[in-house]
Amino acid sequence: MLDGPHPALPPDLAAGAVRRGGRRMRLRRAAHRTAGWLLAVALAALLVWVGIEQPWATEPAQVTPPLEGW
Amino acid sequence: MWCMAERATHRDRLRALEFEAFVAGAGGRLLHTATLLTGEPPQPPGACVRAEALLRAALARTYADWDRLHGGDPYDRARRELALRFAREARRHQRPRGGLLDRLTPIERLVLVLRIYEEVGEEQTAALLGLPADRVRAVCARAVATLLAGPDRPLRQVPR
Repeated sequence: MLDGPHPALPPDLAAGAVRRGGRRMRLRRAAHRTAGWLLAVALAALLVWVGIEQPWATEPAQVTPPLEGW
Repeated sequence: MWCMAERATHRDRLRALEFEAFVAGAGGRLLHTATLLTGEPPQPPGACVRAEALLRAALARTYADWDRLHGGDPYDRARRELALRFAREARRHQRPRGGLLDRLTPIERLVLVLRIYEEVGEEQTAALLGLPADRVRAVCARAVATLLAGPDRPLRQVPR
């Protein structure tokens, strides 16, 4: 009963889907690429900063009085 | 760089060809499913505008995800897209439009079409729509009962 006559397919159905879907695909790829570049740039900046600043190295303490006369 | 661009366009062309073959094979059935969902009559050409719009959107999404299919069935993907899109805009398909199932509510139509016309399993339908399986069973039974009750009784208040 549900399997009645099928409607006629519009001729531009596949072409339109390729156009719309292709645009979506390109946008998505561009977004991925941009995100990847941003991540790489952030990582590089972090590495450069770490190399210059060396935040793990502690400054020599300057509050201890000099040890003399014993 | 030039060679990579060339290969990319070649891949695009190949994908488009595959997709067009898929639409040529499965498009008729998908459009029929869409007319059952929207409750539009399939016959005079141009009578199923909403079903066509639904199918166009679902197919565009199927094409966009074509490379992520990884050997899966494109028909399943397109049908899933169609069903989810219809579920999202179900409120816009409440008014009867002269189709076969237009006495049912949109969700009844969706469950009936998936379960009986597309023969999707109860568990799969439930998972797809995010409903408990016994609710799917109940909605399907109610839809069948409504259909069997005959066309002459006004079974549902038509929302305006």
